[in-house]
Amino acid sequence: MKFLEHKAKEIFARYGIPVPRGIVASKPDEITDPPLPCMVKAQVLVGGRGKAGGIRPAETLEEAREVAGQILGMDIHGYQVKQVYLEERLSIAKELYLGLTIDRSAREPLLMTTAMGGMDVEDVPREDLSMEHVPAMIGLQPYILRSLAGALSLERDIAEQVASIARRAYELFRKEDAELVEINPLIVTGDGRVIAGDAKLVIDDNAEYRHPEYANLDQDRTPLEQEAHDKGIVFIQLDGDIGVIANGAGLTMATLDALALKGGRGGVFLDLGGTDDPAKVKQAFELLIKANPSVILVNIFGGITKADTVATGVKQAIDEMHAKVPVVARIKGVNEAVAKEILRSVGTHPAETIEEAAELAVRVKSGGL
Amino acid sequence: MQGITGHQGQFHTRAMLDFGTKVVAGVTPGKAGTKVEGVPVFDRVADAVRKRKANASMLFVPAPYAKDAAVEAVEAGIKLLVIVTERIPFHDSLDLMPYARSKGTTVIGPNCPGLASPGQAKMGIMPNLLFKEGDAGVISRSGTLTYEIVNAMTQAGFGQTTCIGIGGDPIIGTSMVEALAWFQKDRATKRIVLVGEIGGTAEEEAADFIRRKVTKPVVAYVAGRSAPPGKRMGHAGAIIQAGKGTAESKMKAFADAGVPVAQYPSEVATLLASTS
Repeated sequence: MKFLEHKAKEIFARYGIPVPRGIVASKPDEITDPPLPCMVKAQVLVGGRGKAGGIRPAETLEEAREVAGQILGMDIHGYQVKQVYLEERLSIAKELYLGLTIDRSAREPLLMTTAMGGMDVEDVPREDLSMEHVPAMIGLQPYILRSLAGALSLERDIAEQVASIARRAYELFRKEDAELVEINPLIVTGDGRVIAGDAKLVIDDNAEYRHPEYANLDQDRTPLEQEAHDKGIVFIQLDGDIGVIANGAGLTMATLDALALKGGRGGVFLDLGGTDDPAKVKQAFELLIKANPSVILVNIFGGITKADTVATGVKQAIDEMHAKVPVVARIKGVNEAVAKEILRSVGTHPAETIEEAAELAVRVKSGGL
Repeated sequence: MQGITGHQGQFHTRAMLDFGTKVVAGVTPGKAGTKVEGVPVFDRVADAVRKRKANASMLFVPAPYAKDAAVEAVEAGIKLLVIVTERIPFHDSLDLMPYARSKGTTVIGPNCPGLASPGQAKMGIMPNLLFKEGDAGVISRSGTLTYEIVNAMTQAGFGQTTCIGIGGDPIIGTSMVEALAWFQKDRATKRIVLVGEIGGTAEEEAADFIRRKVTKPVVAYVAGRSAPPGKRMGHAGAIIQAGKGTAESKMKAFADAGVPVAQYPSEVATLLASTS
C-alpha cells in the first residue's frame, strides 16, 4: 500500500514526527484558509512531481486557488492529480535525508541518513550516506542515533531533534508494517526546528489485515486491476498485447520471458496461484478477456492441480463470454489427456512445453495459424 | 505437521507419508486426540515433541497465526522448521528469523514449497511424481517454476539428491548462499541447479560465493528477464540493491562465476548434460 504525501504526514504526525501545517483540496473553491505563504503540492503516488511542475509556491489565497486549479487534473508520469496539498512555506537552512527500509541479505531494518537531502538519494555519493542496521529483535539503540548524529555533523540541539525523529520513524516503521519510511527533505529551518518536508510511506500488502483503516485508500489501480485486487487475483497490466495466465510468480515470469524470446510481448498477466477451482479460473479468464488481448496464453504447471478442472474453467469462460480471442493452452497436471480434449472442443490450441506455447501464441497472433 | 487438520494439511500429510516421510504427529489447537491419515494430533507442539519425538516441523497455518506457531515450535525444541505459508507480513519474519537462529533452529521459507530428498523424505508441497533419485542438488526461490525445472531434469535423466525451495519472500530463513554451502559439503551431490528470479541480491551473492567456495558444477535459470523495470521499493530500496537485482545483473554475475544460465526452464537439463 502506497500513501499520498498528506496521508503519510497525518500518520507521521500521529507518531510525533513534526510536519508542516497544511490542508488538502480536490477543487480550488474548497480552499478557504490555506497557511500563507504556501506551497501547492500535487498529491500523486509517484516521485518526480517537483520537476514535472507539480509543486509551486503561492503568496495569497487567490494565487493559491489559481495555482491549485492549474495543478489539479495535471498528468504526472501517467498519474492524474486528483488532490493538492497546500502547506506552509518554511525557511530552509539545511536539507537532510532520513530513510528506513529492510536489507534482505542482512535480514534487518536499515536506517539511512545523509546531510545531502532534497536531491535523489541515488545520486548521493556512497561515502556521504550513513547506513546503520537495526537489530529487529532488540530495537533501535542509542549508539545508532549517536553514530547518525556524528555522520550528519549537526549542532547538538538539531542532532537531538533528528535523533528523536529517527526513533519515532523506526517506531512507525515497525508498528505500521512499513516497507519504506522516507523523509526527503528532512528540513532544518532557519529558526532551528527539524520538520519532515516530504513523507513517503509504503506499507506491506501482506499486513493489510492488521491495518483495516487503510483498506480503502486509493492505490491508483486501473479499473481492471482494482476488480482483480477485490477478487484476490494478482493481475498486472504491461504494455504488450498477449494475455498470460499462469500459476505462481516464477512460472508467470518464465512464461513472459519465453514470449519475449519468441518475439512476443506480454500485455496483461495474471497469477492464478494454487487454485484449480473452475469458478476461480473462469473469473480470472473473464478479467483477462476484458483487457482485450490479441491472444491468450495459459500456462499451468500443476503436478497436483487437476488439469481437467482448470480446462473446464477455461471452457466455461469462453462459452459464456462468447469470446473470439484465440487461446493457446499448456496445462500440466493430473488428467492431462481429458484437459486437452476439453480445450480442443472450444477451439483452443494445446501445447506441450513453455517454448512451444510461446511460439504458438506469437504465430496465432500474427495470423500464422 | 502444524496445521494438519486443514484441507491442505490433510492432503499433504498423505503425500508426505507416500513419499516416505516419517510424519509422527500433527498439531492443531483444540483437535488433540483425533487422527489424520493415522497420524495422532496434539494441541501443542511441546506434546508432539515429548510424546512422539518430533524434531522437525512443517508449518501449514494461515499467515496471521504463522509467527505464533513458529515461535511455539522453536520453544518446543524443533530444529528444522519449514514454513510453507505465504503472505506472512515480513515484519513477522524480521522478528522470527534472528530469533530462530539464536535458538539453533534452521528455518526454510516462508512462502516456499519446502524440501524433498527423493528416496528419503519430503517436508513440503512439491508433487511427489516429479522426483527421481540422483546426484543434483536444486535450490529455488520459486514454487511452480521449481516443479517445471525438476520435471525437465527428471525426464532428461537427471535425478536429485535434495530440492530446497528457499522461498520467495524478502526475508527468508535460509539464504541461497547457505543452501549452496550445504550442497558443496554434501558428498552425494555432484552438481547444483539454482533457480533465481529478479529482485533482491541473492543471485549476485550466490555467484560471488560460487566463485570463491564452490567446486561442483552449477547451472542456473533466472526468471524475469523481460520484466519492465517498474516496481521498486522507493529510493531507499534502490540504494541497497545499488544497480543489482535486475535479470541482467544476475545473469552477468553468474556468467562471471562460470555458471551457465538457461534461457528456458527446460534448458537447465541440457546445460546439466554438459556438466557430466
